[in-house]
Amino acid sequence: MSVATDRRTDDLRGRHLLGIDGMDRSDLEEILDLTDTFAEIGRRPIPKVPALRGRTVATVFFEGSTRTRMSFEAAARRLSADTVAFNAGTSSLSKGESIRDTVEVVASYGADLLVVRHSMAGTAHRVAGWTDLSVVNAGDGCHEHPTQALLDCYTLRERRGSLDGMRIAIVGDIRHSRVARSNVLAFTAMGAEVVLVAPATLLPPAIGGWPVTIAHELDPILADLDAVYLLRIQSERITEGLIPSLREYALDFCLTPARLARMRADALVLHPGPTNRGVEISAEAAADGRSVILDQVVNGVSVRMAVLFLLLGSGRQLGAVDAGGSVEGDR
Amino acid sequence: MAERERRQTPPFGGVFVSHARVMTTDDMGRAIRRMAHEVIERNHGVEELVVVGLQTGGVPVAERLAETLADIEGVRPPVGTLDVALHRDDIGLRPVVPEAVTDLTTDLDGRVVVLVDDVLFTGRTIRAALDALCDFGRPRSIQLAVMVDRGHRELPIRPDYVGKNLPTRRDEVVDVHAAGVDLGVMKK
Repeated sequence: MSVATDRRTDDLRGRHLLGIDGMDRSDLEEILDLTDTFAEIGRRPIPKVPALRGRTVATVFFEGSTRTRMSFEAAARRLSADTVAFNAGTSSLSKGESIRDTVEVVASYGADLLVVRHSMAGTAHRVAGWTDLSVVNAGDGCHEHPTQALLDCYTLRERRGSLDGMRIAIVGDIRHSRVARSNVLAFTAMGAEVVLVAPATLLPPAIGGWPVTIAHELDPILADLDAVYLLRIQSERITEGLIPSLREYALDFCLTPARLARMRADALVLHPGPTNRGVEISAEAAADGRSVILDQVVNGVSVRMAVLFLLLGSGRQLGAVDAGGSVEGDR
Repeated sequence: MAERERRQTPPFGGVFVSHARVMTTDDMGRAIRRMAHEVIERNHGVEELVVVGLQTGGVPVAERLAETLADIEGVRPPVGTLDVALHRDDIGLRPVVPEAVTDLTTDLDGRVVVLVDDVLFTGRTIRAALDALCDFGRPRSIQLAVMVDRGHRELPIRPDYVGKNLPTRRDEVVDVHAAGVDLGVMKK
C-alpha cells in the first residue's frame, strides 16, 4: 500500500503518469474534464494551439506500437510541442545499449517528457526514478496502460454521461493484458461494475483482490451488459497452449452478428485495437452503430493532449511563479 | 474577473476587497447601449457582425451587447465564446478552466468580429485572442469592445469601443460583475 501512496505523490499533480493504480475518482475526473477542452481544439479548422511551444516530447518505445505512438505524437503536435522518436528496432539497443543509457541519451536531446513503452512490467517506474523528466507510461508488459484506460473512460462518459452503475464486460486475454488491468481500476473507480469474461487459462493466476466478478461464458450475461470491451487475442502467446485454437476461442467468445443481435440496443462495443477480425470481433460488430472503436482512436488524441498539458503546461511554471513572486494580473 | 478564475489564480488567490463601486448596473446598461450604437454606426448595421466574448468575464458582456444590438436593429448577430488560455504567453500562470469553453461555430471568413472582454489591462489576453481567432478563419476585420479600460498596456493594442476609461494603479483590481463594476485590491 505504501508503494501506491508514494507513487501517488508523483502522479499527475506532480510529474508522472505511471498507472491508474493510486488514482481516485476525482483525479480521473480532473483529466476527463480537461479532455473536453482539448477535444474542442481537435474540431477547429486549424486544430493546433501554442500551449507547449518549445517543449519536446520523446516517444521511447522498446516494444512495437503504431497507434499509441502516433496518438501521442499527434497530441504533442496539436499542442505545438516538438517530438523525437526512439525506435528499439532501429537503434543501438540492438548493439547492446542498456535501457538506462538509452533513456539518458534521449533525455540529453532536450526532451521534457518521455513516453515509455516496454515489454517488462515496471519499466516506466524505473525510468521515472532515473531521470528528472516527466514520464508517461504507454504500456509496461502485462502491468498498466493508463492513457488507454483514460480514453476508454472518456469514450464511455461521452456516450453515456457517466459510468455510474454501468455493467461492463472485459472479454478475452485478461492474463496478458495491461489494458485490462488499467481499465478494471479506472472503470470501477468511476463507479462501473466490471465482469471479466475469459477461459480460466486466460485469467491471471492471482485475481482474488480485484474488484470484479468472473465469468467463463459470454452468452448468459450478454443481454445484461451496458458495454462489451473486447481484448485482442495476442496470437503470439497461443503457442503456450492456453487455448486449443483461435477457431475454438471464436466459437465461444467472438462478438458475432448473432451475439450482437442479443445485445441491448443501447449497449456499446469497445476494442483497444488492433482488432483480429473473426477472432474476438466480427467485421459486422466492428462496423455496427453500437461500436465506438473509432471514437476511441479520436478520443485518444484528446486525452493524451490533456495528460501532456497537465504534466508540461501547468505544474512546473506554477511552481516557478510561487518562487519568483511577481506576476501581475494580466488582462 | 470571474470569481472561479480568481480563486484558482496563484498571484491573486486572496479575497477581493472593494474600495469603490465605479459603475452600477444601470451605468453598465447605458454604456453597453452607447457602445451598441457605436458598433452599428461604424459597421452600417449588424449584418456582417459576429460577437465573440472572451472567457470568462467577456461572455456576459458579449451577451448583453448582442441583446442590445438586436433590440436596436431587430437582428441578433451570432454570438460565440473564446477561451484563450492555451494561446497565452504566460501559460501555466493562469488555470485552464474546463468550464471555460470555446464555442465558435460561425464561419468567420469575411465577417467583422467584435471581440468583447470585461477589462482591458496589459493587452496580453487580446494578443492571445487575435492569434486564436486566426485559427478559426480570416475575418475581414476585428474590433475590440471592453467594459472597462484600466490602462497599463504592455502591447500596442487599443480598444474600438470602451464602456468606461478607469485610471488605476497597477496593484488594483477591477471586478466586473452583474451588479456593477468595483475597484479594489486583493487581500491575502
